[in-house]
Amino acid sequence: MSLNILELRNINKAYPQGRKVLDNLIFTLKAGEYVAIMGESGVGKSTLLNLIAGLDTPDSGEVLIDGVAISSLSDDAATQLRRERFGFIFQAFHVLPHLTLLQNVALPLLLNGQSLQHAEQMLDQVGLQGRGQDFPRQLSGGELQRVAIARALIHRPKLILADEPTGNLDPDTAQEILQLIRAEINANNASAIIVTHSHMAAATTDRVMNLRKDGLHPMSL
Amino acid sequence: MMLNRWLLVGEWRSHIGQALVTLLAIAIGVAMGFSIHLLNSAAFNEFSAASKDLSGQSDLLVRAKTALMDEALYPQLAVYDGVAVANPVLELDIAMPGKRQARGDYKLKVIGIDMFRAAQIAPDLLGVPEEGKAMDRLADDTIFLSPAAMSWLEVKQNDTLSFHVGIQSVSLRVAGGLVRARSGQSIAVMDIGAAQWRLQHLGKLSRVELKLKDGVNHAVFKDKLEQHLGTSYAVVELENQEARVANMSRAYRVNLNMLALVALFTGSFLVFSTQALSIIRRRQQFALLRVLGFTRRQLLWQVMIEGMMLGILGSIVGVVLGYAIAVSVIEFFGGSLGSSFFPGIKPDINFEIWTALIYFVVGLGVTLLGSIVPALEAARAKPALALKLGSEDAAMKKTSFPWFAIMGLCLAVIFTQLPVLNGLPVFGYLAIALLLIGSIALIPHVITWLFAATVTFRRHIRMGAVGFLSLARLENAPNHASIALGGILASFSLMVAMAIMVTSFRESVDQWLDRVLPADLYVRTAAVGDLGGFHLDTQQIISAFPAFSRVDFFRTQQVLFDVDRPEVTLFARPIDRIDPRNTLPIINDETHAVIALDSLPENVLPVWVSEAMVDLYGYQVGERVMLPIGASTHEFMVVAVWRDYGRQFGAIQIQLDDYRTITGDSTVNTVALWLQANVSMQQVIEQLRQLPFGKELEISRSSDLRAISLEIFDRSFAVTYLLELVAVIIGLFGVAASFSAQMLARAKEFGMLRHIGMTRHQILLMLATEGGLLTSLGIMFGFLLGWGISLVLIFIINPQSFHWTMQMYLPWGWLIMIAIVMLITATCTALLAGRRAVSKQVIQAVREDW
Repeated sequence: MSLNILELRNINKAYPQGRKVLDNLIFTLKAGEYVAIMGESGVGKSTLLNLIAGLDTPDSGEVLIDGVAISSLSDDAATQLRRERFGFIFQAFHVLPHLTLLQNVALPLLLNGQSLQHAEQMLDQVGLQGRGQDFPRQLSGGELQRVAIARALIHRPKLILADEPTGNLDPDTAQEILQLIRAEINANNASAIIVTHSHMAAATTDRVMNLRKDGLHPMSL
Repeated sequence: MMLNRWLLVGEWRSHIGQALVTLLAIAIGVAMGFSIHLLNSAAFNEFSAASKDLSGQSDLLVRAKTALMDEALYPQLAVYDGVAVANPVLELDIAMPGKRQARGDYKLKVIGIDMFRAAQIAPDLLGVPEEGKAMDRLADDTIFLSPAAMSWLEVKQNDTLSFHVGIQSVSLRVAGGLVRARSGQSIAVMDIGAAQWRLQHLGKLSRVELKLKDGVNHAVFKDKLEQHLGTSYAVVELENQEARVANMSRAYRVNLNMLALVALFTGSFLVFSTQALSIIRRRQQFALLRVLGFTRRQLLWQVMIEGMMLGILGSIVGVVLGYAIAVSVIEFFGGSLGSSFFPGIKPDINFEIWTALIYFVVGLGVTLLGSIVPALEAARAKPALALKLGSEDAAMKKTSFPWFAIMGLCLAVIFTQLPVLNGLPVFGYLAIALLLIGSIALIPHVITWLFAATVTFRRHIRMGAVGFLSLARLENAPNHASIALGGILASFSLMVAMAIMVTSFRESVDQWLDRVLPADLYVRTAAVGDLGGFHLDTQQIISAFPAFSRVDFFRTQQVLFDVDRPEVTLFARPIDRIDPRNTLPIINDETHAVIALDSLPENVLPVWVSEAMVDLYGYQVGERVMLPIGASTHEFMVVAVWRDYGRQFGAIQIQLDDYRTITGDSTVNTVALWLQANVSMQQVIEQLRQLPFGKELEISRSSDLRAISLEIFDRSFAVTYLLELVAVIIGLFGVAASFSAQMLARAKEFGMLRHIGMTRHQILLMLATEGGLLTSLGIMFGFLLGWGISLVLIFIINPQSFHWTMQMYLPWGWLIMIAIVMLITATCTALLAGRRAVSKQVIQAVREDW
């Protein structure tokens, strides 16, 4: 088994209008590593996450997840891979309003055909003890992001992709959430990529990369 | 104002499809209503005008209560004090077998006039002979035809027109046209003396038209003349005649208009669902506008403007489309819309500006009605809450308070118990509208109760992500679900109601035909007005046929009971004295008792009346009534009520012997024949044809009459089916629009689900399951609601409109089929709308940083 959980080989991607957004991008992520990707708006950070998740395909180059080229997979196979090995955390949380917190957290288990028993424990773990039957409308932004983190980790994914997970939160809550993400990643022995504009968020990671027109470059905070 | 325009244009530009579907639904609803109104109004006005033209400039008409009067009255009227001109008229409908017109009628109206009198009262009816042949107007072998009649009968000037009167042939020379006739009006004019002789109505008149001297008070004159003439005659004013023509088709026209409005009503659900979902989708956008300084009133106005613009455009398109449909229908199908109320006319469609305005306002009103609740909700929403996740389902909650729904349903039940208003089942229609509104408002609560009741059961079912998510959505977002369900419920319940009503009616008519057509063959003479074509000698010849096991003779006549209403049909026939149910479809239930003939006092004559006589004239079993039969009125006792689907304005039946004793008239119009066993029907028909008068007979098998009756039934319901289909299509449009709007509103949900590992196939399956579940619920509730509506249609609206009752029949096969079609259609619609849910755009929908 490869030590690299993720490998990007010479990735090129242009927008439909023709503007080139990723140019010959090369990157590797080791198992258990937590990396922050920073960069200006519109430079292609979210596009990069979509390519990694198999939700979009590069114009050329390869995205390897555990040594498997995700672009060679069919849509269903890529979805299966994503379902089992990926966890997602979004800036706007994206929890389903018509499901209870417990049901929201249990969604990946349900999709993977696993037992749902673990869901309540996961909610406890993110600090939402006894709130399983509440609905999202009863929660604050910080609490909603905790639900999203629980959902991202419940099925023990190998790779967490977080897109501005603290972008909608106040600094104190953001700090709490970042600590929670870090702790949960460690506890689950997962790898993670966090796309962010926040130096505070980037500071909690192992490595920080800056996405520019000419590729990914290490940066220090 | 500029901001309003920007927002409106922006919304339409982004969701043009939804705006167009809504606009189209309103346009179709308005078009249906307007075109049906134009067609009915044109046919009615033309028919009314044609009827009026025949009476020319007369002030009053004198007619007998029966169809014909003795001409001896004419000289008395001509010299009656106050009369300037008295014009005797004999008006007869002559059957033209083999000359059926496109619109199904095959009778030529022949008017016998006194040329010199008619020239003063109805000059348009004068014939126009060839030059130098002025005397043709007075000849006994000539007839003048309107252009439409010439075209229909394929004759021209100087051709011979042959037809039968009773069992005799008549040939007349076509001497020319008329001074003026209405377009499409098939009429013929003869000299009155010639008409009386050649058409076998010697000494008979249909009416005498009176023109009064200047300064004579019409009301006083009329009272005085009525007293002078007694109860056997009626003095009719022109307005009575108009009312009579109006009453004849009123229930039919109103019912058709109501049905057309159903399409508009289902259109309002479409407006409601698309507006409601669009507001849910734009909840955050509106909250932002509120934050930026938009007042509640401005927001309300914004949403109302959107609805109003759709209403204005849709209604304008609808009015134009309605006019085009009406013109096309007149051109290709005539103006009768499948009914037989307006024979022998070809109306022109006039663009009625005021009616167009009314339909425009109705279309606009319906759109605003569909917009008002979502608009209020948008204005009422607190910006902070609206920006919060999960508040979407809280939106629209106020549309469905259970007390509102229950109050609507209770009111509907109360309305079913109220009587007719101005002769129309207004409360019946309101009850149906309230049933629909109440039921739709009740849906979210029913869904919640249903899920609460089944929660324990569902815990034990292991289901996958697709089933779980689909059910969770229905369970926890019932208001969203009910928006889509409203369209399904409205469409399906109307389909069910109409299917049950039409089937019940058809089955009842079918069974009724069994009862009223018991013989094997029915023989009539060529019909001429109320003439009894078979005299005693011909009756004896037919009775003597060894092939028949039983022969019954019928005498039918039209009798005037009320000058404002169409005539009542009088049947004189042998009725089983021991058990009249063997002869008539008698109703014997808690509302209608039956009096046995042997319990009647001596010298009391029995009469059996149709349900319409009970409704229209208040006849009750056991009541003694005076009937205008023969030259005067006679007392009868109502002994039973019978069901009659043939004559909605009333019919009465008496024993043939009683009729003959009263009138001295031994002629009959129809003979019913029962064949001996082992006798071939074809042979009997051939034998009848070989009689001296055989060629002039109309011989019909009961199976043929039955088939023709059912064909007429189906034809008259064709427009009903069409309107129902339109309403259902609009309902399905609504379902499609609401599914499509939900897809837009749920883009982020689908994006997230795709991220966490739901395949495209699973999302589509989830949408199909949601659509299927919703439709199944809609079908289940729709069936119950449709059944409820059909009860109102069958037991309230039909009897109140047409004065007949029917049994209820449920067309299970048909209902199951439409349920399956509905389920498949709605699920496919959900799937089609769901293509957007698996597109690449939904993956982008989760992005916040652009």
